[in-house]
Amino acid sequence: MTRSAAPAAAGVGAGRRLATLARRAGPLLALALLALLSLSVGKFGVPARDVFAVLGAKLLGLVSGVDPTAQTVVLQVRLPRVAAALVVGGALAAAGATYQGLFRNPLVSPDILGVSAGASLGAVLGIFLALPVAAIQGLAFLGGLGAVGIVYAVGAAVRRHDPVLTLVLAGVAVGAVLGAAISLLKVLADPYNQLPAITYWLLGSLAAVTLGDVGAILPAILLGLLPLVLLRWRMNLMSLGEEEARALGVETRLLRPLFIASATLITAAAVSVTGVIGWIGLLVPHVARLLVGPDFRRLLPAALVLGAGYLLAVDLAARTLAAIEVPLGILTALIGAPFFLWLLATARRGWA
Amino acid sequence: MLRVEALAFGYGARIVGAEVSFALRAGEVLCLLGPNGSGKTTLFKTLLGLLPARGGRVLVDGRDVARWSRAQLARAIAYVPQAHTALFPFTVRDVVLMGRASRLRPFAAPGRADHAVAEAALASLGIGHLAGRIYTEISGGERQLALVARALAGEPRLLVMDEPTASLDFGNQVQVLAQIRRLARSGLSVVLSTHDPDHAFLCADRVVLLHAGRLAALGTPEETITPESLRRLYGVEVAVVALSGQQRSVCTPVLP
Repeated sequence: MTRSAAPAAAGVGAGRRLATLARRAGPLLALALLALLSLSVGKFGVPARDVFAVLGAKLLGLVSGVDPTAQTVVLQVRLPRVAAALVVGGALAAAGATYQGLFRNPLVSPDILGVSAGASLGAVLGIFLALPVAAIQGLAFLGGLGAVGIVYAVGAAVRRHDPVLTLVLAGVAVGAVLGAAISLLKVLADPYNQLPAITYWLLGSLAAVTLGDVGAILPAILLGLLPLVLLRWRMNLMSLGEEEARALGVETRLLRPLFIASATLITAAAVSVTGVIGWIGLLVPHVARLLVGPDFRRLLPAALVLGAGYLLAVDLAARTLAAIEVPLGILTALIGAPFFLWLLATARRGWA
Repeated sequence: MLRVEALAFGYGARIVGAEVSFALRAGEVLCLLGPNGSGKTTLFKTLLGLLPARGGRVLVDGRDVARWSRAQLARAIAYVPQAHTALFPFTVRDVVLMGRASRLRPFAAPGRADHAVAEAALASLGIGHLAGRIYTEISGGERQLALVARALAGEPRLLVMDEPTASLDFGNQVQVLAQIRRLARSGLSVVLSTHDPDHAFLCADRVVLLHAGRLAALGTPEETITPESLRRLYGVEVAVVALSGQQRSVCTPVLP
């Protein structure tokens, strides 16, 4: 009896390890397949075999022998988009999960403290002044950080009521002012060249992103993710609210600004190259929570993978559905909003 | 172990109460009675260091806590809030594990030892079977006990409980009070507030009557809870009657 129990237990342990491995590797594998699909599908179809050949040759520094047009399409056109979709989608979802826990509110997205509005104003100003692309991206990045800085300063100055509520309300007010400034620039902009560019930027697109852009924002995003990863268990306590977290021994006055700065850095970096892409930061964390529960230790990786996959799929749809490319913001909202409502109607517990 | 000296407390510039002094030994239960707005919650928040003292001192083992870090304070004094509905559907085990935060380094997550402490805290309150349940789906009484377990998981010396029996049904109220007595016997000090003077008779060693932010009386339940003091405190007529066969009194309102 006891003799046979030991190998059986070992078998169960191995089985469980295998299941854990499948649970962890499965989503990543699905993401890789989706990326492969994105690299091969489009107006110019490239067979998966050729995609592998092109990527392998590029990595090893060899000549692949694949049709040069196919090479250009895979390496110059699609690879930057796929890389940007993975990075930006994951980044926005991670930032959204952080903000939702921090502000204990289901309607919170990375835009709540004005980061998108600030980035938009920066980019729109750059387009209005006909600056080069890099300068537009830089202005967007600084605008996003600056807006949250102002909101945080206002919140700290008012400091009378619930600090979280004050921050959110300050975000709404500052966002309104920034929105007005954006509208003013749109009215003043050249309606034939600048206005369409502004409109496209405000709806988000991966069409113009280069690998260099992705490389430029990656350090900022990784830097922002670092505190979230290191403090992932403490993040759970932040969702209890200021007083309870402090009573449990958490230095919320240090952690809250740190988490806000991290999520803001991530969001500002992401939207600076792609423009505003709404709904991912709001929707994906909900779905992730539904799948893996509220523990931030599992929620963060789930949100990263789901966000990356969602933006990749949406971008694939954006460039294959119609003859002209559909701006991403339109699709993320068109797909996201009904899904969100369905979630609202069916979710059983809490706000899942 | 706890000593409060001429404490003044309030929000910002607004002083809610002042000149409150009392002391508590290990294993003692102190019950705070007072009408709405008498400053019970503000006093508690000041004890917990969530609000700075506006005057006077809070001493734990003779040391002023004013300069203590959050974690240091949480290791000594644990807070049991009123049973609330949390936003996220954490399991009861996860909720109780959060009580370990003050014992863990910032980047650490709870390990095997912390899990053992959490399970022990749940078991000691007789709710070990709830560990895997979702906190937002259990009853109010179970939630209150889970919050007590979370406080115990931090291995504190003093529990501060804000109206632990509020919004609980009769059976759950008795259960929570019985657990408070049991915890005190194990050497833990407890400060709780309540709206029911009978709860003070049931579980308190000492009673503080708080009226408009001032200490109206301090002593054993029998000394402090009298028809006169309750009339002053709440403005209603109350009869305090000794229970025959038991060494305890009960109060009951007298309707005009």
